[in-house]
Amino acid sequence: MSTATTAAPVRESKPLLSKRDRKLVTDPLSDSNPITIQVLGICSALAVTTQLKPTLVMAISVTAVVVFSNLIVSLMRNYIPARIRIIVQLVVVSLLVILVDEILKAFVYDVSKQLSVFVGLIITNCIVMGRLEAFAMGNKPGSSILDGLGNSAGYAWVILAVAFVRELFGSGKLFGFSIIPEALYAPEIGYVNNGLMMIPAGALFIVATIIWVQRSINKYTEEA
Amino acid sequence: MITTLLFADLVSLFVRSIFVDNMIFAFFLGMCSFLAVSKNVNTAIGLGAAVIFVLGITVPINWLLINGLLKEGALAWISPSFAEVDLTFLAFIMFIATIASMTQLVEMVVEKFSPALYSSLGIFLPLIAVNCSILGGSLFMQERDYTLAEATVFGLGSGVGWLIAIVALAAIRMKIRYSDVPKPLRGLGITFILTGLMGLAFMSFLGIQL
Repeated sequence: MSTATTAAPVRESKPLLSKRDRKLVTDPLSDSNPITIQVLGICSALAVTTQLKPTLVMAISVTAVVVFSNLIVSLMRNYIPARIRIIVQLVVVSLLVILVDEILKAFVYDVSKQLSVFVGLIITNCIVMGRLEAFAMGNKPGSSILDGLGNSAGYAWVILAVAFVRELFGSGKLFGFSIIPEALYAPEIGYVNNGLMMIPAGALFIVATIIWVQRSINKYTEEA
Repeated sequence: MITTLLFADLVSLFVRSIFVDNMIFAFFLGMCSFLAVSKNVNTAIGLGAAVIFVLGITVPINWLLINGLLKEGALAWISPSFAEVDLTFLAFIMFIATIASMTQLVEMVVEKFSPALYSSLGIFLPLIAVNCSILGGSLFMQERDYTLAEATVFGLGSGVGWLIAIVALAAIRMKIRYSDVPKPLRGLGITFILTGLMGLAFMSFLGIQL
């Protein structure tokens, strides 16, 4: 684990958002996107994305957990013994997730029921642990917050894009409002919702397409 | 409680958790290590076995924790004044503590008895602790109100289902090395499509009446 020496000089020269800080936020949106490049946090990305509303709630919850756990672990990074760091991180993350779960149950009960076990599964969402291990353990709290924001934004746009496609073509709605006109469903025109979008496999194909498009633009290739 | 359960029910739950409610293809749980460790069949078998072991142990242990300590009224044996204490909100942290310590145990056992497997699994062995399918197993157990026997069978079955899925994917990926996949799709992209196609195939098990 490297210590916090790297961040200091750049941050002092520019007060608000230095070049490095901006990079922390923008990189995960595309070049090191948590889902499509780092392969983190796939489970929930696929499972909750049949509709936009639960997806949005999920994205916000994950953002909150990633940012705050990054901050807390970064504050404690010099006091955590390396051997038990996974347990310490898990305790921090699960406390935050318990908070999120209680808040969701209190204010948006129906969505919380819909997400069922996937709120609890934020604990084991690889993005959270991945960023803690890769970033918060070796960087200052300020940069860690930005890193958390950037990565959860990268996560959010991918799952929102997947949910958009799945809800639009799978049930003809967005956020629960009908978008495809009723007239199209008439037998003489014969438009039907695409059942593939509603089943798990559909999500995999959409993510694969996003990866394909993104990597064609970025010219990023992987061996084997 | 266990005697009232028919043996046949347990068998059908076992088959159901392997094929119909497969952790990977029906719920996408444990995808991270599923995608990352599926390049080689032998490594996949090793990781799958570890997952079966951890799931088979943690789900019943967590069942005992939930029903013996956390549920409303579970603490009544200490004194009647505790009968109304509901600690269910602590479930997440109890689950993850059990899982993390069991994983530590597995890690020490594998390191001692199979150093080759230990080095090939690398970082993914300790990461079983954060494998969604393990925590997912315990959370589903809580949500579906299983009995202890059902919880054990469910844990083992889900583990076997996960093993089958990762070994099958690893075998396909070893073959696909000889194919000409479009460059941007290589690696992750084609693996997603393969998983989707396998998911479609597994959907045929939905028709089974158990």
